[in-house]
Amino acid sequence: MATFRQQVEATIPALRRYARALTRNADLADDLVQDTLVRALRSEHLFHGGEVRSWLYTILTNLNRNRLRSLSRRPVLSPIGENDAADQAGPEAGQRDIERALATLVEDQRNALLLVVLEGLSYREVAEVQGVPIGTVMSRLARARVQIKAYLDGERPALRRVK
Amino acid sequence: MTTRNSPVTEDELHAYVDGELPSDRREAVAAWLADHPDEAALVAAWRAQAESIRARYGAIAQEPVPQRLKLDQVMHNDSASRRSWMALAAAAAIAAFIVGGAAGWMAHGASAAAPTSLGNITADALEAHQLYVVEVRHPVEVPGNERTHMTKWLSKRLGYEQRVPDLDGIGLKLVGGRLLPGPTGAAAFYMYESGSGERFTLYCSKLSAPETALRFESGQRFATFTWVDDDVGYVVSGPNGRDRLEQVTKRIYEQVDHLGRKKS
Repeated sequence: MATFRQQVEATIPALRRYARALTRNADLADDLVQDTLVRALRSEHLFHGGEVRSWLYTILTNLNRNRLRSLSRRPVLSPIGENDAADQAGPEAGQRDIERALATLVEDQRNALLLVVLEGLSYREVAEVQGVPIGTVMSRLARARVQIKAYLDGERPALRRVK
Repeated sequence: MTTRNSPVTEDELHAYVDGELPSDRREAVAAWLADHPDEAALVAAWRAQAESIRARYGAIAQEPVPQRLKLDQVMHNDSASRRSWMALAAAAAIAAFIVGGAAGWMAHGASAAAPTSLGNITADALEAHQLYVVEVRHPVEVPGNERTHMTKWLSKRLGYEQRVPDLDGIGLKLVGGRLLPGPTGAAAFYMYESGSGERFTLYCSKLSAPETALRFESGQRFATFTWVDDDVGYVVSGPNGRDRLEQVTKRIYEQVDHLGRKKS
């Protein structure tokens, strides 16, 4: 059986992916992963069985929530260009659409959707990460999907027309 | 209990897309969708969303893990920041962390915003460092030979007693200090210089964040040590080179310990 540390190590690439989708910024994402790893390693003795992977997602999700709260207190400047380049055609434009659609979601809904479709966690694992019943996870997922569909179907073209 | 032919709910459609249905039910839903084009379109749209998300972010997990996220490196940085001379602050940080970590695991939210407020203050300090260390004629507002006056002035502006660390013992003379904007008000900024011209700066400001251990960050040209002690955030910046910066930080740390408790 893999040791605690090996299991943590094996999860790092996936944590980077999840963090990037949450933050939309490579440096912030890796900061978040680093803070997650520090916490995990320091609290190895607090970890009593269960899934190391879900536990790491839990830490990262909570740290990101703290980050968002403190951002709402203090705005930060983000570079123009990385996420907000002018509309262009091609596959990259589609990728930005999904990025923007995700950004319109309520945080808990975005977390739930990303954990399921990007990270491949089961509903039960997401319920554990978010500390809510499975029914709540499913309603978050459902609302996230409705919102994204509405954004991709309608709201974006409407905004374009206004321009 | 659901049977093969019971009606399909919206929850089941989500579970179908996410591979959460038992196999017999999966077949039943697939058959049902063949007769329900509207719902089939919805399912297709959800699948397309998931595909776009994976197309956008999936490759990141294939990238090589950056050096600073390798576990050995993470542990090295973490333990280096908790050497014996940091025992006191480290113990406090661990205590705060255990409470925060346990709460996080219980999904009741982890402790306050340590990583980000630390990141912000580090960025502010580094910006000031880069801006002022290149100044030849006006690197500071108050020169180092007016230490008493400067201490009084900055104590008043920052709302707690300043003690300007003395680094003569490691060959660094106080150039002086200045007042800067900080995360929650005023920040004090002190500059030191060696005989050979290398400059180090200390940036400190009130910061309502839990106590932390030292955090080392290095960039192309500069490196920093950041920590929080008694509601004061400290950032020591200098040329990129860990050993020397650690020596400077140690001297400063010993002299500013618990200053945040003393009101000016």
